[in-house]
Amino acid sequence: MFRDWKWTLLTVAVLIVISTLCTLAMTLFTRTLIDGYILPLSAQDAPDFTPLGVALLKLAAVLLLGTAASFFYNFLMIKVEQGTIKQLRTDTFNHLMSLPLRYFDSHSHGAVMSVFTNDMDTFRQMVGRTLPHLFSAAITLVSTFVSMIVLSIPLTALSLLCAAGAMVVAVTMSKFSRRYFKGRQENMARVNGYIEEMVSGQKVVKVFSHEAQAARGFADINKDLFQSVFKANRVANTVMPINAGIANLGYVLIAIAGAYISLHYGTAALTVGTLVSFLTLHKNFSRPIAQISQEVNNIAMASAGADRVYDLLDEVPETDNGRVKLVKSGADGWFWKDGDKLVPQKGLVSLKDVDFAYVPEKQVLYDITLTAYPGQKIAFVGGTGAGKTTITNLINRFYDISDGEIRIDGFNVFDIEKPSLRGSLGIVLQQTDLFSGTVMDNIRFGRLDASDEECIEAAKLACAHSFIMRLPDGYNTFIEGDGGSLSAGERQLLSIARTAVADPPVLVLDEATSSIDTRTEKLIQKSMDSIMKGRTSFVIAHRLSTVRDADYIVVLEKGHIIEAGKHFELLESHGKYWELYTGGKL
Amino acid sequence: MLRTILAYVGQFKRSALMAPLWTALEVLMGVLIPYVTASLIDKGLMAGNIDAVWKYGAIMVGIAAVSLFFGIMSGRESARSSAGLAMNLRGAMFDKIQTFGFADIDKFSTAGLVTRMTTDVANIQNAFQMLLRISVRAPLNVLAGMFMSLFINLRLSLVFVGAMAFLAIALYFIVSRSMKIFTELMHKYDDLNNVVREGAAGIRVIKSFVREKHEGLRFRAAAEVIYRLNVAAETIISFNQPVMNIVTYASMIVLSWFGAKFIVGGSLTTGQLTSLFTYQMQILSSLMMLSMIFVMLTQSVASGRRIAEVLEHEPCMKEPENPLTEVPSGSIDFEDVSFSYADGGNPALMDIDLHISAGERIGIIGGTGSGKSTLVNLISRLYDAGSGVVKVGGHDVKEYSFDAIRGAVGVVLQNNTLFSGTVLENLRWGDPEATEQQCLEACELAAADFVGELPQGLGTIIDQGGANLSGGQRQRLCIARALLRHPKVLVLDDSTSAVDTATDERIRRTFASRIPETTLLIISQRILSIKDADRIVVMDDGKICGVGTHEQLLAGGGIYKEIYDMQTSGGEADFDNL
Repeated sequence: MFRDWKWTLLTVAVLIVISTLCTLAMTLFTRTLIDGYILPLSAQDAPDFTPLGVALLKLAAVLLLGTAASFFYNFLMIKVEQGTIKQLRTDTFNHLMSLPLRYFDSHSHGAVMSVFTNDMDTFRQMVGRTLPHLFSAAITLVSTFVSMIVLSIPLTALSLLCAAGAMVVAVTMSKFSRRYFKGRQENMARVNGYIEEMVSGQKVVKVFSHEAQAARGFADINKDLFQSVFKANRVANTVMPINAGIANLGYVLIAIAGAYISLHYGTAALTVGTLVSFLTLHKNFSRPIAQISQEVNNIAMASAGADRVYDLLDEVPETDNGRVKLVKSGADGWFWKDGDKLVPQKGLVSLKDVDFAYVPEKQVLYDITLTAYPGQKIAFVGGTGAGKTTITNLINRFYDISDGEIRIDGFNVFDIEKPSLRGSLGIVLQQTDLFSGTVMDNIRFGRLDASDEECIEAAKLACAHSFIMRLPDGYNTFIEGDGGSLSAGERQLLSIARTAVADPPVLVLDEATSSIDTRTEKLIQKSMDSIMKGRTSFVIAHRLSTVRDADYIVVLEKGHIIEAGKHFELLESHGKYWELYTGGKL
Repeated sequence: MLRTILAYVGQFKRSALMAPLWTALEVLMGVLIPYVTASLIDKGLMAGNIDAVWKYGAIMVGIAAVSLFFGIMSGRESARSSAGLAMNLRGAMFDKIQTFGFADIDKFSTAGLVTRMTTDVANIQNAFQMLLRISVRAPLNVLAGMFMSLFINLRLSLVFVGAMAFLAIALYFIVSRSMKIFTELMHKYDDLNNVVREGAAGIRVIKSFVREKHEGLRFRAAAEVIYRLNVAAETIISFNQPVMNIVTYASMIVLSWFGAKFIVGGSLTTGQLTSLFTYQMQILSSLMMLSMIFVMLTQSVASGRRIAEVLEHEPCMKEPENPLTEVPSGSIDFEDVSFSYADGGNPALMDIDLHISAGERIGIIGGTGSGKSTLVNLISRLYDAGSGVVKVGGHDVKEYSFDAIRGAVGVVLQNNTLFSGTVLENLRWGDPEATEQQCLEACELAAADFVGELPQGLGTIIDQGGANLSGGQRQRLCIARALLRHPKVLVLDDSTSAVDTATDERIRRTFASRIPETTLLIISQRILSIKDADRIVVMDDGKICGVGTHEQLLAGGGIYKEIYDMQTSGGEADFDNL
C-alpha cells in the first residue's frame, strides 16, 4: 500500500529522527543549565553570564532546525496520508465494480456505502495520524532511553518498570477493546443499511403512514449502536488516565529514589541537575508510551474498519479466463480473435442442455437447448418465474451455468473475454438505472466515443428526442441518478437510447416497454424493429405483435422449454401457445 | 446551530455535566504534583532532609492515585454522554425524516440524508467527546499552571503571557482558514457517496455495458477533488505544530536565561525553576490540545450545520391544528387544481376540475409525462396542490391528519418498494394487526396466491428491493399490502404493468365483487385494464382532455380512439399466464 511512497517515507523517517534528536537536546540541556551554569555561577562573586548566553543561542539554532524538520515531515505525511487513502478508495471501488452480481444480491447498498465512508475514514485516521505518531513515539522512546542510561542506570531501571506496567495495560486494553470496536462497526453497518433502505423507500413509508413503525425499528438498532459505542469508547477513554496515573506514580517514585540516592551516596552519585533532567526525561519516556497505547486503541478501531475494507477487497472478483476477443477489422466489421485466428462475428447463439440454479438446492432452468441463427429474432414467453430473464443473464455471464454449454459463433462463452462478450450484447434491462450527469452523458454511457450527433441520432431512434428537447436544458439537462425528475417511461426511453448508441450485434430486450404509454411504445417498437434488423435478438415479450413476427418462439414453464417454433407452427400444434392465443384473452 | 445540536444531549445531561467535573478534579490533582516536587527538591534534596523526601513523596503518591480515579470516571461519563448524543441525533433525524414530504426528500436527496445520519453524526460524537474531556482539561491546565507559576514567581510568569498571546493569534488564522475548506469538503463527500451508491445500484447496467473502468474513472475524479481539498486543509493545519514548537522553545530559552540569573541572584530556588519548566510544558501542551480541538471542531461545525439543517428544516407540509381523523366517504373532488414540482417550474397539472363519487371506478390513461401520477399523488397528500383544492369525502385533504387521509387512500405507487424482511412483515405494513389468514385473503384478492407456493410461504424472506421476486409478483404483493389497509379510495398507479392481462382482469373482477364500495382509480397504459371503468379520464400534457365511458370516448375520437386503434390493431395477447 505504501510502495509508491517509499522515498517520501524515507525522507519523513530521517526528518522525524532529526526533530526528535533536537527535542532531546532541549531536555538534556536542563542538566547542563543547573549543574554547568546555575550552581557554579551561584558560587561566583561576579558571575559572567556570557557563556550561558552563547549556549542558549546554540540551543536555539538546534531547536529551530528541529522545528523545520517536524514541519516538513508533517507536510510530507499529509501527501502520503491523503494519497494513500485516495488510492485505497479508488482501488476498493474498482474492486467493487469487478465483483460478480451475487455479491450485490447479498449486500445492501447501505452496507457497501458504509465501507466507503465510515470504515475508510477510520482507516484514513490510522494512516494519517496513528502511524506517524507511533513512529515518532518509538523514536522518542529509544532516544530518551539512551539518554536516561547515560544519566543514571538505577533510575532508568525504575522508569522501565513503570513503562512495562503501562505496556501491560495497553495490550490488555486493546485486546479488550478490539472486540467492542468490532461490535461497534457491525452495528454501525446495520444502522446504515436500515437508514439507506428506509430513506430510499421513504415514499412507500409515507403512503402507508408507516413512519412510527419505521422510527420504532430504528430506535431499537440505534440503541444497540449506542450500547456498543459506549462500551468501546469507555474502554478507550480509560487508557489515557491509567497511563497518566502510571506516569505520575513513576514520576513520584523517581523523585523519591533520586533524592534518596543523592542524599545517601552524595551528589557524586547523582547531581541535582541530573535528577531534574531525569524527571523531565521520564515524562518524555512515559508520554510516548501513553501515546502508543492510545494509538494502539486507534488501531484497534481502524482495524475493525480496515477488516471490513479488506473483507470487501478479499471478495473474489468475477473470473475471466476468456482468450477470445472481439476486434474491429477495418470496414469488414467485427471479428472474434482467437490467437491468430479471425472468425467473423455473426451472432449465432446456441444453448445446449443448460441447467442453472442461483442456489444449489433450487434449480431454476432445466435442459435448455435452443439456437438463434444470425439475424433471427427469438421471443421468450412464459409466466413470471418461468426463467425468461434468467436465460438472458446466462448468455452474458452475469451468472454462470451449472451444466451444459452456451456458444456464440461457435465459441464457448467461457472462452470469450467478458468485456468482449458483454460488449457484443446490448441489453435493455427491466430496471432502468441511470447515473448522475447530463442526459447526453447517460446516452453516451452506451458508447463512450460516440459524438453528440450520434447520441442525438440514437435518442431519435429511441423516440427520446422529443421529450429531451422539452427538458429545461435539452441534452444538457442534469439528471440525478435515481432519475427522480423523469417519469418511468422517460427513463426507459433514455435507457433504450443508451443501448441504441452502443450499436451491439446481439440484442436482449427484457420487458423494456412495460411502463411506457402505448403511443410512445408504438414508436419504440418501430425503431427497435429497425435496430433488430440484421441482429440476433432475444426478446422477453408481452405483446402479440412482438411475438408473432419472431423467427422462433420459446415457450417456458417453470424452467423448462415446453414448446418452441414459429407462430403458425405453434398454433398448428394446438399446445399451450394455441390455448393462449385462441383462449379469447383479448 | 450549536444550541440545536446540544439540545439533543437530553437524558445524558447528567453524564455530560459529570464528565468535565471529574476532569476538573483530575486536572487539579495533576497540577499539584510539580509543586510538591519543588518542595521535595528544595526542602528534601537540597536541604539534605530524608524525612522530608518521604513525606512529600507519600503526598505525591496519594495525589496520583486520586487523580487516576477521577480520570477513569471522566472517561466513562464522556463516553456515555457522547455516544448518547449521537444516538439522540440519529434518532431525531430519522424521526424528522419521517415527517418529510416527498418534496423535502427530493431536496436533500437520499445520499445526502444518509451521509448526514452517519458520517456527520460520527464527527459530532467525536467532537463532543473531545470537548468534554479536553475542553475542560486544557483551559484548566493553563489556568492552574498560570496560577501556580505566578505563585512561584511573578516576573518569570510574564514569559508565559507573551507566549500565549502569540499562540492565540496564530491559531486564530489557522482555524479560520481551514474551516472554509472543511465545509466545502463535506459537500464533496456527498458526490463521492453518490458515485458509490449509483455504482452499487446500477451494477447490472454497468456490467452489461462493460463500464466498470468508466465508473472507476468517475469515482477517481471525485476522490481526486477530495484529495486536493484535504491536502489544502491539512497543510494549513500542519502550521500548528511549528508555531507551537517555536513558542515552546523560545519560552524555554527565555526561562533558562532569566531563571539562571534569578537563582544566582537568590530570588528563585532550583526546585522552583524545575516546577516552572514543568508548568510551562503543561501550559503550552494544553494550548496545543486546545488548537487540536479547534481543528476537530471546525471539521464538526460543518457536520453540525448539516445535521441542524435537517433537524430545523420545516417540512413542506404540516398537519392542521385540529385535524379530522375520519374520512367520511370515498368521494374525490379536484377544484381548479394546478401543480408544479418546482417553484415557477413547468406546471405538471393545470386547471384540473374533476368530481368522483364514492364507489366509482375511474380509469386514467394518457401519455408519458401527461400528469397521471401527479394527479393521484395529490389525493393522499403526497404533494400539496399549488392552487385549487383537492377534497376527499367532502373535506379539503389539508384538513385531515396524515394518518386519516393516507389510511383512507391506499396508493400502490409506480415505483413500489418492498423491504427486506418476510412477506408477512411486508404485508403487515398495510395493517400491523392483520392475522396470517387476513394476509392470505388479501393476497388472494390481489391474485398474489403465489405466496402459498413460496418455499416458506408468508415467512419467505424478501431480499433488499425484492430482488428475489419477479416484477409481477412484487406488484401483486404491493397491491395486497395496500388492500390490507381497507382503504376507502384505492389508487393503482400502473401497478399491474408486469402482470398478465388475465390476472389483471381477475384482480379487477374480484375488486368489483368483493370491495364494491371502494372508490377505485386505475392508471394504466392498457385500454383493456380500464375500459370497463365507470368513467375514463384521458390526460394529455397536464390537462384533462376527455372524460367518459369507453364507448363515449371511442365515439368522440381524439387521443383515446388513437390509443385504442393502436392497441387493438397490433393484437394485444399476453403470454405471462401460461
